[in-house]
Amino acid sequence: MDVQLFTDSWWPLVLGGLTGTIPLALVSFAIGLVLALGVAMLRLAAHPVLSGVGRAYVSAIRGTPLLVQLFVIFYGLPSLGLTIDPWPSAVIAFSLNVGGYAAEVIRAAILSVPTGQWEAGYVVGMSRTRTLRRIVLPQATRVSVPPLSNTFISLVKDTSLASLILVTELFREAQEIAAFTSEFMLLYVEAGIIYWIFCTVLSFGQTRLERKLEQYV
Amino acid sequence: MSEAPLLTATGLHLSFGDNHVLRGIDLEVRRGEVVALIGPSGSGKTTLLRSLNGLAAPDAGTVAFDGGPSVTFDGGPRRAWGRAGRRAQAARDALRDRSAMVFQHHHLFPHLTVLQNVTEGPVQTRCVPRAEAESRALGLLERVGLADKRDAYPRELSGGQQQRVGIVRALALQPDLLLFDEPTSALDPELVGEVLTVMKELAEEGWTMVVVTHELQFARAVADEVLFLDDGAVVERGAPSTMFSAPREERTRRFLHQVLHPLD
Repeated sequence: MDVQLFTDSWWPLVLGGLTGTIPLALVSFAIGLVLALGVAMLRLAAHPVLSGVGRAYVSAIRGTPLLVQLFVIFYGLPSLGLTIDPWPSAVIAFSLNVGGYAAEVIRAAILSVPTGQWEAGYVVGMSRTRTLRRIVLPQATRVSVPPLSNTFISLVKDTSLASLILVTELFREAQEIAAFTSEFMLLYVEAGIIYWIFCTVLSFGQTRLERKLEQYV
Repeated sequence: MSEAPLLTATGLHLSFGDNHVLRGIDLEVRRGEVVALIGPSGSGKTTLLRSLNGLAAPDAGTVAFDGGPSVTFDGGPRRAWGRAGRRAQAARDALRDRSAMVFQHHHLFPHLTVLQNVTEGPVQTRCVPRAEAESRALGLLERVGLADKRDAYPRELSGGQQQRVGIVRALALQPDLLLFDEPTSALDPELVGEVLTVMKELAEEGWTMVVVTHELQFARAVADEVLFLDDGAVVERGAPSTMFSAPREERTRRFLHQVLHPLD
């Protein structure tokens, strides 16, 4: 094994992760969560058309590969006259994807809050929206942290797909060094190790967040 | 002399599918009066109580507070969408402006402290300044002996303490009418007394209360009127002293006997 190459390429790869992978994942996750809350509310709506729209969205996202979604946006849309740069394309694709998966998590978390909590909110005079915001969502948040952390960790790894639409991030960095040196095994294993370190750190963060939210119940 | 009743409910009907839960119930509650609803489980007591504050949506009948709101149920949609559905829902919501409810399972907000549980309603929905809401809440907590628990979370309290906070949360809304849905049924027997004592004091202070209960001694000691419900209808109503000592109806007699002498 070429130890020299391993250490020489370590910082370029980590840097690719810190400037490419992590920002891409964070921005997409933030936008995706907002989207997911909206989709979850659609799914829970009493009106059949609204809940149907929510269901269709979740079905489309979950029923198609992320890579296909990514390619439709980056390589497909230009033929309709809409060309989007690599980075925004990736953010759009990942956000839409998170929106579909996290919507189901949030919906389930909201449903896990007992009906009595809604009724107690109404009885102290709150509207549905206010009860959702002040009573139900804080309780649902606690329930949804573990599954949402899962979604986020998956997303961090899935951002490697963005290398296929020319986004500079950890995996693309590895590909370029590998192509240049022909040390494929070394570079791809090294990339894997760095992804693993990122995800392990995130798991620690998840545990701490869960503990913080466990002060009640 | 005859003042208008605080609450008048007439002809309440409600079905869940084939299950006719309320079959034309009339109820009047005067200011300062305590009305107890008793009856076997499934008799419609809780549904009747929930109809009075719009948590349940009857198919027919009227619930009217003196000075408003007044809601006539016309069998319209129970769903919350479409113009008719939204209007019906808004009408039911308005019923809760005059009343507050204490639940069987307290339903305190687990993510809020005792004090926050009590002030949440007044601050968020009655536009009371926080400082004023807190000092009022502390006064009420003091009264039920829980001022020292102000910063505790509900899970840190005993069942009886939780239910007393539930009562304080309702009182803090300064409602004209207090609704109690079997407030002691979920408690361990030794904790029932502390909750009933608070309720008795409230009755003596002149609060208007409708209480669904299995505590017949409480009903006898505190209620001005008792309604015995069975199968969605009022079988018998009257002063507790007469009903408990000399029930007119055979079904009332059987129910009282079963509750008071379960081993016979």
